[in-house]
Amino acid sequence: MKLMVSVKRVVDYNVRIQVKPDGSGVVTDGVKMSMNPFDEIAMEEALRIKEAGNAEEIIAVTIGEQKAQEQLRTALAMGADRAIHVEVDEDIQPLTAARVLKALADKEQPGMVLLGKQAIDDDQGQTGQMLAALWDRPQATFASKVDLDGQKAKVTREVDAGLETIEVDLPAVVTTDLRLNEPRYVKLPDIMKAKKKPIDTTSLADLGVEAAPGLKVTNTAPPPERQGGKKVESVDELVSELKNRGLI
Amino acid sequence: MIRDEEILEQLLDSIRRFVRERLIPLEEQVADEDRVPDDVISEMKELGLYGLSIPEEYGGLGLTMEEEVLAAFEVGKTAPAFRSAFGTNNGIGSQGIILDGTDEQKQRYLPRLATGEIVASFCLTEPDSGSDAASLRTSARKDGDEYILNGTKRWITNAPSADVFTVMARTNPEEKGARGISAFVVDRDTPGVSLGAPYKKMGQHGAPVCDVIFDDARVPAANLIGGQEGTGFKTAMKVLDKGRLHISAVCVGVAERLIEEAMHFALERKQFGQRIADFQLIQALLADSRAECYAARSMILETARLRDQRPDVSEQAACCKMFASEMVGRVADRAVQIHGGAGYMREYAVERLYRDVRLFRIYEGTTQIQQLVIARNMIRNAE
Repeated sequence: MKLMVSVKRVVDYNVRIQVKPDGSGVVTDGVKMSMNPFDEIAMEEALRIKEAGNAEEIIAVTIGEQKAQEQLRTALAMGADRAIHVEVDEDIQPLTAARVLKALADKEQPGMVLLGKQAIDDDQGQTGQMLAALWDRPQATFASKVDLDGQKAKVTREVDAGLETIEVDLPAVVTTDLRLNEPRYVKLPDIMKAKKKPIDTTSLADLGVEAAPGLKVTNTAPPPERQGGKKVESVDELVSELKNRGLI
Repeated sequence: MIRDEEILEQLLDSIRRFVRERLIPLEEQVADEDRVPDDVISEMKELGLYGLSIPEEYGGLGLTMEEEVLAAFEVGKTAPAFRSAFGTNNGIGSQGIILDGTDEQKQRYLPRLATGEIVASFCLTEPDSGSDAASLRTSARKDGDEYILNGTKRWITNAPSADVFTVMARTNPEEKGARGISAFVVDRDTPGVSLGAPYKKMGQHGAPVCDVIFDDARVPAANLIGGQEGTGFKTAMKVLDKGRLHISAVCVGVAERLIEEAMHFALERKQFGQRIADFQLIQALLADSRAECYAARSMILETARLRDQRPDVSEQAACCKMFASEMVGRVADRAVQIHGGAGYMREYAVERLYRDVRLFRIYEGTTQIQQLVIARNMIRNAE
């Protein structure tokens, strides 16, 4: 079985985000970029599935600018066998990403497509679900445990009420949650070796995919600055203060 | 020369992440327990840290000197005890074999040193010979196909965990100076090799140090480094030249960490109704630290690039070791000063690092020895 893992280039989670003064987005010039942490978890899960002998090949995919190849190199250093870069300069919307992944799934016929439940840049959290619909295959989202059993996968999902376990037929789409695993540290010798692994470059046109123009970001604003706090002497005072402010 | 910008950045990024997420949170535990946990040692081996400077043909990463110091800047940002665990395999423990060893010696030891399967230590210092290394007394008497080693080596870093030692011993008792010295690779399990009790140190807890005693230890003649008697001191000096650059880079890493800690504290701590970072006297402490640290970083990179072109950088490496180790001492002192009373307390990293960095001015050649190396080179060039 082949596994396809989609990874997105995003601002590193350690970076303090700054909003552009004109509200058109966040500053990315000169900012450290990394693989979306949820996608890293997806990549780690694919590696574990392969290491357990349940898959033969892992294909890492990214959609984005030329530099997004850096994230593919990371995926290759983690252990992906090959990579596909769909080169696109503009921001990618979830529907476009889902269409691209659908086209690649048709071509590669993976037994499972794994991707983060959301990307930490736009927090859309839609690509996996849209892909499942377009591909007409089952989806297991927000996975915190994945067990393979022949042509089926048992997936534990984190839902509001607790944990829910479902069984899906393969091929399927799995989106990964935070507690699924802890991604490995990339080994230094593997970084050197990754340079020799192949990256295929393709485009939306090559894949016959039309970019989805449906979504437009109209404004980006930083959260309001934190106001100074107030110390109270007793619980009673705290309760009355909260009431005065209409908070309880 | 940096071989590939992208690969190098990924490599440094991987080290940076491991240091930040895995090592820094463990610093206090390591200091308290005086040991680096076994699982962290295994992780450092898996990551490839034991083979940074071992050539690729022997399974290491084969980093150039410039790449190695860039890696050391990152590794320096956490407690030096972690670096020390894999420091000898990359540095003084393995370099004798890499620089002057025979092919057979390289084949036999380097692949296992690169993976960390075995740990190597460097035995030069003795109870009566420290800075005056050429006066060492450990003897190696030839007996058929073997050498018989006798003597005591003092304060040997990583000796408690070492599987193999690079040992400087006198093969020619008639020759009292450097020319009577040869270098050997000695396996830990050689009968007659024993270890003293680990020393209790001022700082760098978790980096074990003890004496190594040779009592009629019989070493095969094939373990004479380079297969030639009398060149051991030269080997040792070449090893130390490279080691000095590496240590200098570690000093810069620790200094950068100290500055970060001090800066962070100065922004948080309020006195007289404002952040202490806004006081000019605090700013002076920060600025002096920054400038000195930057100077050390620059000279180390310059020297590392030079060494990638030609091996003899004794004078420059000594300049780096002297300046960087003294610099980190001053930076640590200022970081404690900026912290005020808090800087004297165990719960702040600067207190621990202040004690840790004191060693940098002493080992792998004291500041005073570096001064002699520098001045003697100057005089030789001028004559």
